[in-house]
Amino acid sequence: MADGLLMTRRRALLSGACACLCSVRALPQRTQSAARVFAMEEVAAGIHVRRGLDEDATTRNEDGIANIGFIVGRDCVAVIDPGGSLNDGQSLRATIRQATRLPIRYVVMSHVHPDHIFGAAAFEEDKPQFVGHARLPRALALRGEYYRKRLEEVLGKERAGPVVTPTMLVQDHAEVDLGGRVLALTAHGIAHTDCDLSVIDRATGTLLPADLLFVRRVPALDGSLKGWLKQLGALQAVRARRAVPGHGPTSVDWPTGGQDLERYLSTVLRETKAAITKGMDLDAAVQTVAQGERSRWKLFDDYNGHNVTQAFKELEWDQ
Amino acid sequence: MGSVRYLLLAALVVSMAQFCVGPAYADDDEAARADRWKDLQQAIFPGRPLKDGGGLIRLDAPPRALDAALVPITIDMTGGKRVKGVYVVIDGNPSPLAAHFTFGPKADPSSLKMRVRVDQYTNMHAIAETQDGQLFVATKFVKAAGGCSAPAGADDDAALEDIGRMKLHLIGDFAAGKSEQAVLMVRHPNFNGMQMNQITRYYTPPRFIRTIDATYEGGSIFHLDSDISLSTDPVITFGFVPQAKGQMKIIVRDSKDATFDHSFAVPGV
Repeated sequence: MADGLLMTRRRALLSGACACLCSVRALPQRTQSAARVFAMEEVAAGIHVRRGLDEDATTRNEDGIANIGFIVGRDCVAVIDPGGSLNDGQSLRATIRQATRLPIRYVVMSHVHPDHIFGAAAFEEDKPQFVGHARLPRALALRGEYYRKRLEEVLGKERAGPVVTPTMLVQDHAEVDLGGRVLALTAHGIAHTDCDLSVIDRATGTLLPADLLFVRRVPALDGSLKGWLKQLGALQAVRARRAVPGHGPTSVDWPTGGQDLERYLSTVLRETKAAITKGMDLDAAVQTVAQGERSRWKLFDDYNGHNVTQAFKELEWDQ
Repeated sequence: MGSVRYLLLAALVVSMAQFCVGPAYADDDEAARADRWKDLQQAIFPGRPLKDGGGLIRLDAPPRALDAALVPITIDMTGGKRVKGVYVVIDGNPSPLAAHFTFGPKADPSSLKMRVRVDQYTNMHAIAETQDGQLFVATKFVKAAGGCSAPAGADDDAALEDIGRMKLHLIGDFAAGKSEQAVLMVRHPNFNGMQMNQITRYYTPPRFIRTIDATYEGGSIFHLDSDISLSTDPVITFGFVPQAKGQMKIIVRDSKDATFDHSFAVPGV
């Protein structure tokens, strides 16, 4: 692969992000889909990850804000999270096609959030198994259309991509074999969402927990705070050398790479409980809980209040 | 009350149609908002002038909602005039009249808090009605979207399991004869009938709280007529004047005609 080309793409991506931050909100919408080739990082042999931008979805970034990628086996390829929009998925597909001619047999959809799975439609022509948590179809039924509409409001009409329903459901555990390379899939209890699926590549000792692991970008809570801490604890007991966060750097050491997230979630839990015990209102709790974490996370002000609201709603019935 | 209920339903039908056509009124300009408020005002308070709430009523809400399905609002009515009731209108919601509280002899109406759904960038109004029938209005603009069509909870069945469970706690030091703030929590999904299941193409049928009655030792604190704009698991903070010991009784009725009631010893044991 031409390094020069990849560097150029990367620079283009970075300058794109910068332009977006500096320019006015109403950006012209491109009318044609333009798949490009991503700059990937090979975090372990055969595991390629595209670093998501630490932003929210915009016209310019095509919702390419999550870490997404693919794993190459002897016989076939598995996509692990197809991307945040149809275009994001098409670009990932173009990137895979430049790296290997092997067929794409599996597209893992880690959970219901749009930044991870709206690229799935880009892979329909490969006729893969779309793999998801047993609760993913229900979550998509409840929210898929809502997410698609909201995403179209940001990206423009027809640019979000249709909602793709998984074809292979994981109840507890399952395995898929890419040819001499077995991926172990785990369907988790309610945590980041109610349909989180994690993947372990045994060959390299790499854990792919998607949004069960946020690093440096502030986590977003949409399931259960207590549940997330429990599932994170279970993942920290998993034997893996490294993990690929759903947001943040493409690879961190494991289990140490989960410590910041654990500290943040524990802080929200402890301080929200204390606020409720003191009889503090939701609006007051939102102003004070976990403020000590502020300097440690990107986009903190955009999500911490939301997280505290969710935590408050979950915990106020306990006490 | 009958005419207000009718109006609520009519407003629901009209706005549902708009709601389904396309993106919310996020780009609405101020003039359009003013027009909508004029229409609503005519419909809810026909022929009655609304005075600026200035010293009598204040409405507080976050300028940008952190969760559109759960927006905490506070209404302060410390202006001194005796208040008979208060209306909460969320202009841009499919059913704009979110709540109408009628205060009873046991109430201290000086402060009221609740959590509401907000479906788009909208003005919100709180209107106090004084004992002599005057209306005073306070306004707040809130940026939020999606509170009405965002799913109520992760699981519809689980949401119904616990329906009608209640909790009550008091804020601050209890003193007989002194005004006290109570926080009432009610487990209820308040399904608004707007969440479509994309597989079955059916909407989750609406099931929402229609009324809440709070009494203390047989005397009314408030009667609430509510609607689909209250959040899932509503939480209401209100003032009342307790004696040394007494019973607070809460009766909740929903749109399926289910009734839930609970008595609390105040102060608790």
